[in-house]
Amino acid sequence: MPEILRSVGATERWLMVVIVVICLGLSLATDTFLTLVNLFDLLNYSAVNLIFAAGLLVVLIAGGIDISFAVAASVVQYLVVTILMQIGGGNWAIGLLLAGLIGFSLGAINAALIYHFRLVSIVVTIATFNLFFGLLMFFTGGVSIYALPGWLSRRIILFEHETASGWAEITLPVLVMVVMLAATWFMLRRLNLGRQLFAMGDNPEGARRLGINLGAMHYLAYGWLGLCAGIAGLMQVHYAREVVPNALYGRELEVLAAVVLGGARLGGGRGTLLGAVLGLALVSITQNGLNLLGVSPFAFRMIVGLIILIAISMSSETLRGLTEGLRRRRIREAQS
Amino acid sequence: MPEPDPQGVSLLRLAHVSKRFGGVQALDDIAFDVRPGEVLCLAGENGCGKSTLIKVISGVHRPEPGAVMEWDGRDISGLTPSEARALGIQVIWQDQALFPEMSVAENIAFERNLGARPRLVDRKSMRAEAAAVLARLGVDIPLSMPVGRLSIANRQLVAIARALVAEARLVFMDEPTASLSQRETDALIAIVHRLSAQGIAVVFVSHRLKEVLEICTRVTVLRDGRLVGTYPTAGMTQARLTELMTGASFDYAPRPETRPAAPLLELRGLTRHGEYHDIDLTIAPGEIVGLTGRLGSGRTELALSLFGMTRPDAGTIMWQGQPLRMRHNRDAIRMGIAYVSEDRLSLGLVQPQSIADNTVVTVLDRVLGRLGLISPARKSGLVRDWLTQLRVKIGQPTDAVSTLSGGNQQRVVLAKWLATAPKLLILDSPTVGVDVGARAGIFAIVDELARQGLAILLISDEAPEVFFNADRILHMREGRLIEEFTPARSTLAELEEAVHA
Ligand SMILES: Nc1ncnc2c1ncn2[C@@H]1O[C@H](COP(=O)(O)OP(=O)(O)OP(=O)(O)O)[C@@H](O)[C@H]1O
Ligand SMILES: [Mg+2]
Repeated sequence: MPEILRSVGATERWLMVVIVVICLGLSLATDTFLTLVNLFDLLNYSAVNLIFAAGLLVVLIAGGIDISFAVAASVVQYLVVTILMQIGGGNWAIGLLLAGLIGFSLGAINAALIYHFRLVSIVVTIATFNLFFGLLMFFTGGVSIYALPGWLSRRIILFEHETASGWAEITLPVLVMVVMLAATWFMLRRLNLGRQLFAMGDNPEGARRLGINLGAMHYLAYGWLGLCAGIAGLMQVHYAREVVPNALYGRELEVLAAVVLGGARLGGGRGTLLGAVLGLALVSITQNGLNLLGVSPFAFRMIVGLIILIAISMSSETLRGLTEGLRRRRIREAQS
Repeated sequence: MPEPDPQGVSLLRLAHVSKRFGGVQALDDIAFDVRPGEVLCLAGENGCGKSTLIKVISGVHRPEPGAVMEWDGRDISGLTPSEARALGIQVIWQDQALFPEMSVAENIAFERNLGARPRLVDRKSMRAEAAAVLARLGVDIPLSMPVGRLSIANRQLVAIARALVAEARLVFMDEPTASLSQRETDALIAIVHRLSAQGIAVVFVSHRLKEVLEICTRVTVLRDGRLVGTYPTAGMTQARLTELMTGASFDYAPRPETRPAAPLLELRGLTRHGEYHDIDLTIAPGEIVGLTGRLGSGRTELALSLFGMTRPDAGTIMWQGQPLRMRHNRDAIRMGIAYVSEDRLSLGLVQPQSIADNTVVTVLDRVLGRLGLISPARKSGLVRDWLTQLRVKIGQPTDAVSTLSGGNQQRVVLAKWLATAPKLLILDSPTVGVDVGARAGIFAIVDELARQGLAILLISDEAPEVFFNADRILHMREGRLIEEFTPARSTLAELEEAVHA
């Protein structure tokens, strides 16, 4: 096995295999899948979800869960665009700063409720999910905003290439996504704070006895997800060129499923960024493929559900069990 | 009464320390002192407050107001876990506070990751540091293995290594030897002496009184949350210490020889490759068969097969004269086989659930009322019966199991299996971490159960335990049964010599 693959966990390897198989299948079944235009489209579209996934992974590793982040991103979109229009437009720096700040604050609300009132994270975030969404719909009356600052609705193309089937482009959200993934990876793997998050998710009592500040860790985890959600929200506005209050409603479950598929453990202490990215890639590629094959979008939900069931039952533990069993049988055969 | 400290020789001095948890007075006006570089033992029955005292000193629990806590003569009341560690107070916890998903190296050197200020993780030095400590301990554990996949004994060693990484001046070891083999225990004792020679004080908690008297210079005895006193170990005997701890005395004698009835369970040539080989064994109703041998000799593996958890590769299991094939442990439970596991903390109990729920989980069908719903009245009746028989010290049956002291958790596991009214009871190291008084209590129950016709397989690596409580003793080594002893016709010294040879 090549060196680089050996440091990759079993779940990630398994996901890579499945993704390769699906890509091969789609390349043979359609002539549109394996084109630069389609692949870049897929990447541009998935950038927002990948930023969400990075943030959510942090919360899952810390032993929590959050389902309010997607509607929180909608709240951020609405507030940021309103503020920007009030101050006369602003620019990218102000926009990103505002989005990150408001997103962080919304995440901090979750952290405060969960830590200081010792409430269960799923219950708290179901409540804030409804609270954020209810407030948003109440104040906007469900009305979308189409008047955006010019810089925000102007598409920024980082790379383009003309192909037979049209222009293939990579846009700004992809760069922002790469930066957010790198920052998340750096925090989780290279900073002491990330290791403390892992420790808290793995054994909260052990972490407390070592003197890890559990309160600060809650603010870090949920705040980081809020920050990611805010920035992802802004990127989604840039991509869609409009603010629709319920545009992101429902994304939370799609992203959560993908991250869990990538090996993050509900309950904390385990999860890798590579896994989360691969989990999301698998879901997005499947969706894209079904779309190209002309399958109904309802079938997509069903198939995502199936993939998750299969993936979870083939989790690394099961795989290890299988290989152990095979090894034992071989020893027995060798001895008889 | 606080001990006067006129010369200021104490490293740590406590007075008037009390701690209540709801209705339980875990500590009541304790005075305690530790001198630099000494090895002190903290002794007492299960639930007398040893772990709680350690938690107070390490900042995990705050004592009731009025407590005096001094470190080098300075007031340290109200300290937090990180302040305690900054002073040089390190704890090896009884319920290991490790991170199972993380590597051995990171667990040992986690100290480097602490602190609120963002800092880069230095994996290389962490690995080097962990390797150095493990080398100092004289053990070899793969550094990148997740701790959750280590054996319990190795996890214990990792916990010890973690405490030794930091600049410690006082190390608490809360039952560090409970799951170690003799060889590992000897290595640990050597380390304790080395630490003490370097001026590091060690406070040692153990229920193995022989060990206590061997390694400590002073012993502090607690009973029911109160201080009995602190005594020099010179001239102290196990019997005297037991009396101080329990307020009662016990004496031991081997069981009289009996003629066994027709076997309940008979093994012929039972083999599972790599675990045990060619095992012939019989157990009759009313008989207590001891199975001893070093850690890793295959005892637990054999027990797991008898309980239907693994399948033997060859040989037969006869149950009441009929061949028995088990596919799961459900089959075993149905036949009347009960197994009290060695690893009670992770396998035996559902920690956050209540004591009552843990006790009845094996017999849910017997606490069902009309309509097949669980009847609270029957449940609490059954729970109360067993908990009083086993003298488990609890607040309320509805408290979570995780609030019990280590030894009391063990008794809840026993209650859980006794409630199934089994025909064969497999006890795998049933007294790990259980105090003398309770050991006697548990074996009195085991004896009574045997009298009622239960067959009992008692697995233990403590020779005296099997010697005084079994009718026959089988000695296992490297997966094979190599000898059989009858306590009534041999001596404890003979058995100990054979096992440790
Ligand atoms: N967090 C808690 N909540 C409620 N009760 C507690 C808690 N921690 C300890 N206790 C109770 O305090 C008493 C002392 O417990 P502790 O763990 O200190 O005993 P111990 O001397 O360490 O016993 P063992 O030898 O069995 O480990 C016990 O009755 C225990 O049930
Ligand atoms: Mg204890």
